[in-house]
Amino acid sequence: MNLTLKIWRQKDSSAKGQMVGYKVSDISEHMSFLEMMDVLNEQLVAEGEEPVAFDHDCREGICGMCSMYINGEAHGPDRGITTCQLHMRMFKDGDTITIEPFRAAAFPVIKDLVVDRSAFDRIQHAGGYISVNTSGNTQDANAIPISKHAADEAMDAATCIGCGACVATCKNSSAMLFVGAKVSQYALLPQGQVEAADRVKNMVAQMDLEGFGNCTNTGACEVECPKGISLDNIARMNRELMKASI
Amino acid sequence: MSGFFKSSIGRKVAMALSAFFLMFFLLQHLAINITSVFSADLFNEISHFMGTNPLVQFALQPVLVFAVVFHFVMGFVLELKNKKANGVSYAKNNGGANSSWVSRNMIYSGLVVLAFIVLHFIDFWIPEINTKYIVGDMSGMHDGEYRYFHELVEKFHSPLRVGAYVVSFVLLGLHLAHGFTSAFQSVGSSAGRKKTLQTIGKAYSILVPLGFVIVALYHHLNPHH
Repeated sequence: MNLTLKIWRQKDSSAKGQMVGYKVSDISEHMSFLEMMDVLNEQLVAEGEEPVAFDHDCREGICGMCSMYINGEAHGPDRGITTCQLHMRMFKDGDTITIEPFRAAAFPVIKDLVVDRSAFDRIQHAGGYISVNTSGNTQDANAIPISKHAADEAMDAATCIGCGACVATCKNSSAMLFVGAKVSQYALLPQGQVEAADRVKNMVAQMDLEGFGNCTNTGACEVECPKGISLDNIARMNRELMKASI
Repeated sequence: MSGFFKSSIGRKVAMALSAFFLMFFLLQHLAINITSVFSADLFNEISHFMGTNPLVQFALQPVLVFAVVFHFVMGFVLELKNKKANGVSYAKNNGGANSSWVSRNMIYSGLVVLAFIVLHFIDFWIPEINTKYIVGDMSGMHDGEYRYFHELVEKFHSPLRVGAYVVSFVLLGLHLAHGFTSAFQSVGSSAGRKKTLQTIGKAYSILVPLGFVIVALYHHLNPHH
């Protein structure tokens, strides 16, 4: 298939940036979106032009690095996928595809489609962990009884890969689905409950400090999340913060 | 606790709590309005009670005014803060792919409702406060009978006022269509996403505004009773 691409090009973090049009031809419908980008970049290199910078790593939907906003949606038009899992069969021959970086004040563009998501790392550092003595006498985790329901919900929350699609999608650039998932995965388990109050307070404080917006419950994040993280995690975070503050 | 209400989540909770109060207020307001269709006397009795009872006037009324002002000011503050969090706008953004129009436009439906409330204050509340507390006439009487029902029918005589009224309540319905269940989510309850509350929310957001509109249209179409 032959396609017209409109891609955000920005030289560096301080440059202004603009949408630039490109044409690619003979794209196989079996290619992943990133492979199509590889074809474009090979073409650009052959023409002596600067290739389009974009984030990618595992290319199997686990790492959460690929971060494009394609035709007005994070990771493009398919559901439950990252950009590497988006196939060109989702598009038609002759289509024009708009490709932009994830947008949020807290996710500044580094170059072209690459954004700085280290705000998520700083939120994690603020409390997204448990403190365990690993001197060698650590208790076997399986010795603590945990209900199947709590274990399942914690696991569901823990599948968040921190890709930032929730922020990119949210009309308020809110990070509450990400933070909600990270708070929940620990709050549901006995090992995490010991530090639950401090964790939620510190992570929410860091989230606010990073300049993410406020959740208005549109539910867009949940729809676009490649891992199907539920809005219930935001409700749980709200509960946890109320509990910790009273 | 003061730190809590300064946090993003604390503000959501405060928005939701004021919303719960306002949604309860709307229900009782509608209940009173409906009596005007069935009995002018009953409507007069209740209106006089609400207008002169010290508990309603000096305890509930200030809470109501505070809730309205707070809900608007906080809504506006959060909207500005959220806009600031956006950074550069997308060249192409397909919001309809993952969320409802009403959920994305609460500020606009809210502003229309606010405009209506301002008009309602000028049209009803300020003259009422003037009559009762400035002029000092607490009798609720005019020409030897209660004035409330008469004033209500008089107000709904104007097609312009009824038109603005209907438009405002349609927008209120849209605001509630998202707001009702959203408020539950904000206070940490997933119940708002379960079928039962979704259905109650839908029913509330349609029936309550529709009730107000029907009362207005009824009096507009029956001006001489």
